[in-house]
Amino acid sequence: MDLSLSTRTVGDRTVVEVGGEIDVYTAPKLREQLVELVNDGSFHLVVDMEGVDFLDSTGLGVLVGGLKRVRAHEGSLRLVCNQERILKIFRITGLTKVFPIHTSVEEAVAATD
Amino acid sequence: MATVELRFSALPEHVRTARLVAAAVARRAGVDEAVLDEVRLAVGEACSRAVGLHQSGGITAPVKVALIEEEKQFSIEVGDEAPHSTPGERASGAAGDDGDVEAEEDEMGLAVISGLVDDVEVSAGEHGGLIRMTWPTAPPAAVLS
Repeated sequence: MDLSLSTRTVGDRTVVEVGGEIDVYTAPKLREQLVELVNDGSFHLVVDMEGVDFLDSTGLGVLVGGLKRVRAHEGSLRLVCNQERILKIFRITGLTKVFPIHTSVEEAVAATD
Repeated sequence: MATVELRFSALPEHVRTARLVAAAVARRAGVDEAVLDEVRLAVGEACSRAVGLHQSGGITAPVKVALIEEEKQFSIEVGDEAPHSTPGERASGAAGDDGDVEAEEDEMGLAVISGLVDDVEVSAGEHGGLIRMTWPTAPPAAVLS
């Protein structure tokens, strides 16, 4: 399966719904999407990972890159993920301390801290 | 020879193929279903790293993956042909930020592998590097019963 990306606006947040596999081949597409959003002035992003089947360190690198970009504009990047196999990758790399991870898009959109 | 051997051009689009093949052979060898996700991720990380090393080093040789079924264990070896130096030498020898980013991604991949796999050996020399990862397998009798 390839990578699927769609975006929608909820209030002042932009939700990026990601599906499929994020790996060394597809991660550049996600990077382009995040860069484009920030360049267009969307600084508060919610990345919905519920449809992601596979994530590797290249994908993690792109998410960290996205976080650095929005923070440069005092923005935020929140993740939505309930899948244990995906959460495990954030845990073993220590990135659970870097990203706010929410259980639903509603929760992520409502979060302010 | 190994149970299954795979050689692929050092291109990102082939890493997925390596993951699928590795997971299929691991399942057949009797690696626990619960661990197959880890096998898939670990072999993907090792292959992504090898592809990156070949591409940044301008190496045209293929990346090699050996899937080895043995008694009570299953091993995967991912070999690259990039001449290795220590991370410090790479960082100072590479040009600017790109070199640093590559070194960081390389280290993140290795961090994921060592976090996932209990039995992993990383070796490197002037003719290339090898990552060997091993998982236990269930005995065939248990699979049949």
